[in-house]
Amino acid sequence: MTDSPLFALTMARIREFAREPGAVFWTFGFPLLITVALGIAFRDQGPPQQRVAVLEGPRAVELAAALRGESKDKGNLLLAVEILPADVAAARLRAGAVVLTIDGGARAGDPIVYRFDPGRPDARGARRAADEQLQRWAGRRDALPTRDETAVARGGRYVDWMVPGLLGMQLLSGALWGTAWNIVNARQRRLLKRLAATPMRRGHYLLSYRLAGLLFVPLQVAVLFLFARLTFGVHVQGSLLSVFALSLFGSWSFAGLGLLCAARAQNSETANGLVNLVTLPMFVLCGVFFSSNRFPGFVQPLIRFLPLSAFNEALRHIVNDGASLLSQGVPLSILLGWGVLSASVALRLFRWT
Amino acid sequence: MGSSRRSITIFACPHYTSAFDGAALGSEHGRREVARRSRIVGLETMEAAIRLQGLVKKYDDVTAVAGLDLEVRRGECFGLLGPNGAGKTTTVEIMEGLTKPTAGVVEVLGLRWDKDGAELRARIGVTLQETKLFEKLTVEETLRLFRSFYDPGRARDVETVLRELQLGEKRQAWVQKLSGGQRQRLAVALGVMGDPDILFLDEPTTGLDPQSRRALWDTISALRARGKTVVLTTHYMDEAEFLCDRVAVVDHGKLIALGSPAQLIDDIGGHHLVELSTDVPLAPEAVSDVAGVRSARADSQGSLALSIGEPHVALPALFTRLATRNAKPTRLVSRAATLDDVFLSLTGRTLRED
Repeated sequence: MTDSPLFALTMARIREFAREPGAVFWTFGFPLLITVALGIAFRDQGPPQQRVAVLEGPRAVELAAALRGESKDKGNLLLAVEILPADVAAARLRAGAVVLTIDGGARAGDPIVYRFDPGRPDARGARRAADEQLQRWAGRRDALPTRDETAVARGGRYVDWMVPGLLGMQLLSGALWGTAWNIVNARQRRLLKRLAATPMRRGHYLLSYRLAGLLFVPLQVAVLFLFARLTFGVHVQGSLLSVFALSLFGSWSFAGLGLLCAARAQNSETANGLVNLVTLPMFVLCGVFFSSNRFPGFVQPLIRFLPLSAFNEALRHIVNDGASLLSQGVPLSILLGWGVLSASVALRLFRWT
Repeated sequence: MGSSRRSITIFACPHYTSAFDGAALGSEHGRREVARRSRIVGLETMEAAIRLQGLVKKYDDVTAVAGLDLEVRRGECFGLLGPNGAGKTTTVEIMEGLTKPTAGVVEVLGLRWDKDGAELRARIGVTLQETKLFEKLTVEETLRLFRSFYDPGRARDVETVLRELQLGEKRQAWVQKLSGGQRQRLAVALGVMGDPDILFLDEPTTGLDPQSRRALWDTISALRARGKTVVLTTHYMDEAEFLCDRVAVVDHGKLIALGSPAQLIDDIGGHHLVELSTDVPLAPEAVSDVAGVRSARADSQGSLALSIGEPHVALPALFTRLATRNAKPTRLVSRAATLDDVFLSLTGRTLRED
């Protein structure tokens, strides 16, 4: 087997990768750093706290006490209250450091003025909570008795939602950079030309990239999910086998785009540009850091058709909802379509010199 | 030929520099030449290794090869000699099947690239001009990788090739750690891995130090001695003279001379060149009729440049003439003519000018 050119080429790829500390870091270390950073930013701290400011004035102290006094006992929304001079409070409101300012007026009986940006959902919530507190403090009584039961769904936290998207991003960028950059680099250094002058079967060379790349995929998946489980308690609800299988399939599909970027580019600058052109919009559009539902309705079908969206959708169903791989027919077909189409166009365009 | 020529470059290759032993060197040269010619005569009946007919290659608005007819014989070392940009690399890359010609016929080992590409690639070996290989693979890993591309029955043994190219000590070294000479030896090693019928070497010693060049010349000579056809491009005339049975001098994509190095030198009228300065300045006419002197002219530094056939006839006669003219030589250099002189006389430029 060691005489087989495909085996020899794949081994050469693996050796080159393993001997390049930078490549190893970007493949394994960097995604973990992103996971840690995002995990810390969005870690669970109980119900989220909103910062509000009471403007300095004769009633400021009692209003602030009223807001602080009961806010811990009731309601899900906690308010962090401070008393600030009017100009400081206005500046903080503009900067988003507080979401709501409360002006108690000069005398008792003056209307209380809430100032906030209604475009911010958290500001609207803070305004409702603050008003509720103050009305109760002033003597309003609830007409209906109520009771709250809180339930945090398994797999429903932000970090649970984020980790599959990170894997998608990692596999997409790994597949694209791994193929496009290396191939274009080999073309630029005329290694492709040298290889083209041997009886090497040209398909073997391109296939070796996919084989070597696929070899690293299970490792990437295992490292990321193990880390996410140990640090953030992210559990895979579906079968791990489905996760691995989908990841291999997704990576295969993405590598076709890598070949396409590498088909003609004569230097690594061009290749870098092409890879960024393909990956960056997908990172934004395809629900990696925030849900793609935030984009307007008319672009939704388009977004859903992108390979990274399809991958993330299927992976989230498996990881967060416990779905089976086979139930993900639509996203799998989209990935298959992209993989076949991009690779066949790439092979047609490919230049060895 | 033209008289507005620059001074002849004094040629600094150890085996051709000499002040007065030109005659002895000439006779050795002659012996080598006889051996060469007899070999070539024997080969003429054989099938050509490469045949180019009316070869043209145009890139957008540049014509790299402008109608080239060439035949490389089996078993010879054939040199394409010319300055940078003469179309040498384009020509070999067309022979190697890496570039498609705009027009013309290309036959390699009796086969055509468009029909028999796979077979041809298995039967040729290639060393490109300055290829970068897999920087993070070792020498041995690189050789084994390339070996895997060839028919295992035909491919050469890695150990033998390591020894042949003196790369044994570096077998575990990463390619990126190799010196220029070692890289070039590795490139040649990869070229011979498939035991090719024809080995192409594109500027094999450009950028190497003199020692590495000599070592590589010896290696190439050894390959040639094993009966391989070698096609090399170079802009070093000493390299072509040392290695090549026949040389095609190309300039601006056209063939301007073809023959063995000695033939080409003969054709410019004399094996030897004498540069002479005297205390009493002499006009070229003062020595042009000396026995054995074929031509004489004044060079730009005010000394005389003579082209002579046989130094042992011309030199004594020249001293006699100087004595009768009461002129003492202040500087006299006699050297064998080189392909650089050939190129200079054909184009009015030296090979190393761009």
